[in-house]
Parts: sequence; structure tokens; C-alpha cells
Amino acid sequence: MEATPKEQPKVQPKAPPEFFVSIGPHMRTEESTAKIMWTVNAALLPATLMSVYFFGLPAILVIIVSILAAVMAEAGMQKLLKKDVTVSDGSAFLTGLLIAMNVPANIPLYIPAVASVVAIAITKHLFGGLGYNVFNPALIGRAFILVSFAKPMTTYTQPVANIMAMDAKTMATPLSLLKEDGIAKLLEVYPNIYQDLLMGNRAGSLGETATIALLLGAVFLMIKRYITWHIPITFIATVGLLTWVFGGKSGLMTGDPLFHMMSGGLILGAFFMATDYVTGPSIRIAQVLFGVSCGALTVLIRLKGGYPEGVMFAILLMNCFAPLLDRGMRSRVFGKAAAKGVKK
Amino acid sequence: MEASSVKASATFSGGVHPAGNKELTSHKSTVSAAIPKRVVIPLSQHIGAPTKPLVVIGQEVKKGEKIGESGGFVSAPVHSSVSGKVTAIGNFPHILGMDMASIVIESDGKDEWVAGLKETKDYQMLSPDELKKMVSDAGIVGMGGATFPTHVKLSPPKEKPIDVVILNGAECEPYLTSDHRLMLEKPAEIIEGLKILMRILNVKKGYIGIEANKPDAVEAMKKAATGSPEIEVWPVQVKYPQGAEKMLIKAIANRTVPAGGLPMDIGVVVQNVGTAAAIYDAVRFGRPLIERYVTVTGRGVKDPKNFLARIGTTFAQLIEEAGGLTEDAAKVISGGPMMGMSQYTLEVPVIKGTSGILVLPKSEVSTKPYGPCIRCARCIDACPMMLQPSLIGLFIEKGHYEDAKDYNLMDCFECGSCTFVCPANRPMVQWVKRAKRELAKKKN
Repeated sequence: MEATPKEQPKVQPKAPPEFFVSIGPHMRTEESTAKIMWTVNAALLPATLMSVYFFGLPAILVIIVSILAAVMAEAGMQKLLKKDVTVSDGSAFLTGLLIAMNVPANIPLYIPAVASVVAIAITKHLFGGLGYNVFNPALIGRAFILVSFAKPMTTYTQPVANIMAMDAKTMATPLSLLKEDGIAKLLEVYPNIYQDLLMGNRAGSLGETATIALLLGAVFLMIKRYITWHIPITFIATVGLLTWVFGGKSGLMTGDPLFHMMSGGLILGAFFMATDYVTGPSIRIAQVLFGVSCGALTVLIRLKGGYPEGVMFAILLMNCFAPLLDRGMRSRVFGKAAAKGVKK
Repeated sequence: MEASSVKASATFSGGVHPAGNKELTSHKSTVSAAIPKRVVIPLSQHIGAPTKPLVVIGQEVKKGEKIGESGGFVSAPVHSSVSGKVTAIGNFPHILGMDMASIVIESDGKDEWVAGLKETKDYQMLSPDELKKMVSDAGIVGMGGATFPTHVKLSPPKEKPIDVVILNGAECEPYLTSDHRLMLEKPAEIIEGLKILMRILNVKKGYIGIEANKPDAVEAMKKAATGSPEIEVWPVQVKYPQGAEKMLIKAIANRTVPAGGLPMDIGVVVQNVGTAAAIYDAVRFGRPLIERYVTVTGRGVKDPKNFLARIGTTFAQLIEEAGGLTEDAAKVISGGPMMGMSQYTLEVPVIKGTSGILVLPKSEVSTKPYGPCIRCARCIDACPMMLQPSLIGLFIEKGHYEDAKDYNLMDCFECGSCTFVCPANRPMVQWVKRAKRELAKKKN
């Protein structure tokens, strides 16, 4: 009496009165894929609003274009592959929103659109669609445009806090200032660096600037248990620890962990992208290893690599290892250990 | 511990929290269902060999008369639950979803007991073997739903000594309250049944595990166990599947049943509280198992109730006595909503393992299609066996049964926790059942 896929449970025609017949359980949770995706979108709302506050109209345009491109790419690919169109589940919307969060405000609009199409059409659907992609789609989209359009992707502008401002002065991000010009220059440009990092009053990608707004959404997701501490907290803690030990100019243990933890895309990446269910490990211990590895790679890139920021490449590199980590850390089955030593 | 605020820390890791819905019937005293005009008594109501019929069509039988002979060691005899005449022997609808060999008896309304039922007042003087024979003759099987013949569990091999007996009063399935009512209404019988079990197995320590959402049952059982220091009543955490044998043993005895093994491998025997009460009836009054507590519940019946019903009573009759189906009744389940089996007809009978009949209205029947696995890991957290249901499901979906087996498919006891929590609505239990069947086919 097995229900056929896509239409379980099915009606048994023969008996009056007619009843639904299916394999149990006959109760299901209220959660759904769509509910999870839209909740994550909602958790990004504070950061989205802050980006609009700081960067004005250009930010709004980037957000709209990124999301539209992602949703249209998803619908197009699903039509093309003759699958059900599932844009209402919010996952393409989320990819689009994350891409917007990851680009500078004054970028030509076709660039985030390209990122969205690469993310959805290639990274997601050519690998099998939702649930089957190996890499985080939004991050592949961003990596693609970072190497293809290096100049506009690294030209950041000063926050203006004026909705109508169309052009703003360019300004370097704190991390690139630190990398290229050193700490003195950083403090000259950003006299209140901690406060600016916390509130988002600094140059950077749209959604990665306001640490406090991102944390608000992250705490919400953790309370709802949509994400757990295993990946994001270990990720951020590892960055803090390693930058404290190795990040200082005057020897070991002289780094500034607080600066590093709040800079760049770390908070956004750790809470909203490294926690992507599909591209991260599922076993809890594997998730801790994943988080620590992401943190270590980020610091390696920030301190020794060619880019000022390493969160994106760190997560993408670790995405490859997620299935392997799961396999290595296979959960201990109830009674398996007890089974050795029992006479059969 | 106060009855109003039973606290329980004993539990297992994993599990889920489906809505209990027990308030529909938990406060309602059990009523005796009407003596059915006609009973359908399947020859197979247990795990193991089916019984062989001892009667012919037209034969007069009395209540409690043996009508089916045990078909082997792992088997149990069946008895008539009414007095009357055998009108048919053949295949009739069974809760397993197919027609199965059954004996149909039409009641003469006299409800006369068979002659020769032996009362034994000083049953504690009987030898373990004599007691075990009485249990076996009474056709007693696990009444929590698994229906494993009880005397088999009471016959562990010599190299596996038993030192703990646990009575299962967890009743972790949502909706069901038959064990709950039994513990409130027949606590002394349950305690006596437990003592008989302990005597048969020569065990000095007995436990009764009850989910903490039944403080009145905990209290009633504690009261009944006063003066029996060898018996402890344990509230356990409210969490599905707390009543699964392995999980209850973990919670109370803190022992782990080895994978692929049995509780007896670690010196434990678990029996349902209903089974214990049936054992008492069999030993004290010589009565075979011909009736049981059945909860008829859900928002698909008009007046949910707890019944004491004869084995062989049709679902149709009990639902009628519970006020009948509502307009929007859409799914009828034998057992609870997590592991129960949905039925296509109301002509199926109550058997020894039927703890409840649940009728769900249309609004509570999930017909959502399933989507792709998003690897959220909720099923991994929920699995009481610590398996990876997501991965097992993906393998089976693509027909890779051997890979699913590598990921410990065979350790799954199909509690349904993974499927319950899945946001993509994936039918993991259904797949697991399919894979086990396909693998068994390959083996043969």
C-alpha cells in the first residue's frame, strides 16, 4: 500500500466510506522548507534596512535587481529543466538577497544580476537544484563577479545616510586599509573604529557593515533553532583567537580580535552563509570542525593572502569538505558499541 | 514527589515532541463496550506462527474457549471472546491491510464462560514453570502493540540471565490513553502481574516507567506499590518515542540494548502494563486474553471514549459507540498517529495489540507533496537510534538499498520521528519499510 511519490497519501477507491490510507506517521511538524527560507530572509531584514539607511537609493536598486535576477533565473531554469517552479519557497529570493548584501552599493547593476544568474542557474540548478548543490550559490556568484569585475567589486563608498544621494565619495574598507596602509592610516580614516563597525558606519558591502543588525537577525534564528551555535560561533571564535595570536605587528598575542571579528563579511558569512544547510555538514561534531576550519582559512587569507578579506573563499573551500566531514564523523549509532562483545 | 508536578529527568537522546492530544479521553473512565453480535477473531494476532483453528463452522463455543491452537513456540493460542456459534472460517479484513484467516462467531447474547476456568488464590506458591504455562495458555502477547508472544520473552536462554523487569506505562504515542486509564483503574492488578513476571524470571527488581504527563497514574501506581520495596515507579520525560523498549531501558536502567540485539542480551525484560494486568487475570482467575482497553479518539469521532472491548469487535461498532464518525472524518488509524496503521475499512477487528482507534478529520490529514532534502539535520537530531535518516532516505529514494544498509538502515525501528520533523515532508519511514522489504527479497 505504498503511496506513489508526489501524491502521498492516496485515496483507496474501494471502500465506502472512503478513507485516506498512508504509511505513518500521521502527524507532521508545522515547519516547512518555505517557512525556514522566508524566516531567514526575515532575519536579514534589520541588516537590509541598515544598508538602505547608510547607502541610500543605490542600495535599494542593488537589492531589487539581485533578488529579481535570482528569482527569474530560478523560474527560467526550472521551466527549462521541466521541473515544478518553486520560487515561492523563498530560497532563490534568499540567494538574491545574500548577493545584494555582498556587493558595494554603487556597483553597476548588471554585475549583481550576473552574480545572481551564475548562482542560481549554474551553482544551484546545474548541480540538481535545491538540496543538491555543492557550493553556496550566493558565494559562487560573488566569487565569479569578484574575479570578473575586480575594479567595481572593490570600489567601496562612504556611507552617506541620505536616501536620495546617488553618488558618494569612494572610501576604503577598514580591512583593506589595515592590509595596505597599516593601523595608523586605519585610525586616521576611522577614528571611532569599534563604534563604526558595530553600527555599520563604514565602507563595505551592503549587508556586511552593520554588525549589530546582523547579530539581531542571528540571535532570532538561533532562538527559533533554525541555526545552531556549532558553525557560526566556532567560526567567529577561531577568527578572534587566531587574529589575536598572529594578527599583531609587534609579535604574538598582540592582535586585535574585536576588530577582526567585526570587520569584513565575517558576521554575515558566519551566521547566514556558512550555516546554509545544504552546503555544510549535518553531523554536529562535523559542524564544529567546519566552523573552526572556516575561521582558520579566513585568518590565513586575511593575514597572508592576496585579498584583504577571506570569509568567502574560506566558506567555499570548506563547502567541498562538508560531505567528507559528515562521512568521517558519522554519528554513533545507538547500541553499535554495545553490540561488539555480545554473543549471538 | 508531588502528583501535580511530577519531574522526570530519565530519558534517552533524540526524540520529538508531537502534540499529545490526550485530553480528549484521559479524564474519561473506561466503559465496557456492548457485547458484539458478531466477532471476527484473526488466527494471527501476534508475531510468529499463526494459530490452527480448533473449531468448525456451526460449532457452539463459550466465552474463553480456545478456538485456535498455538502454531509453534513463537505463537499464541486465541480464544473466543463471546459465547455463541461459529458462522465462518475464512479470510477477513485485518488491520495489517489485507484479508487474513479469521474465525467469525455470532454471539448468543448469554455471554457464558467456558467451564473449568481455574481460580488460584495462592498463585505466589506456584512454580515459575507453572506460571509461565498459564501465561502461555492464556494466549497473552505484548499488548503495547508489538504483540510478541509473552511466554517467549519469559523464556530467556540460560546464558542470558535476567535481573530487571520493566513495565512500560510510558504511552508516548499521542492521543492514546488506554494504558493511562488502566493504571488509574487497575493499579493493583498491574502490580500483581509484575510480581508474577518477577517470580517467573526470578528477578528481584521491578520498575514501572510512566511518562511524566500522567502524574495521577504515577501516584496511583506508587500507592499500589506501597509495601512492595522491590518495585519502583519511575516518571520518565515526556518525549516520543520514550515508550520504545530500547529507549525506556536506557532511561530507567541506563543500559544500552546492542544493535541487532534484544533486551534480554543486557538482562532486561520489558512488558506493557496491559500485559501485566492480563497476566494477573490469567493466573488468578484462569481467564484467557479476550478483552482489552481500547481508546477510541480523535476529532473524527463525535464522542471520544476509553472502552473495555472484546477481541474481535469491529472498529465500526466501537466508533458507533463513540458517537460515530464526524462529517469530515478522513483517516482511521489502528494505534497511535506516529506508528499506527491507517485502515481502508471499518470492518477490521480489535486484536490483542490494538491500543486505540484514532480517527482524524480531513483538516488534520497531511496531503502535502514532499520536496527535496535540504539537509537541515532535524531528523538526525530527532533519531533515537542516532542514525542519519536524511542520508538513508536519499539513498533509498534513488534505489541504493545497499548503501542505506551501510548507513545502518536495519537499526531503524520505524518510530517516525524523522518523518514527523521533516520540513520537506519526506516519507522516510515509508522508504525504510520499502528498503527493508527489497533487501529481504534479494536475500531470498
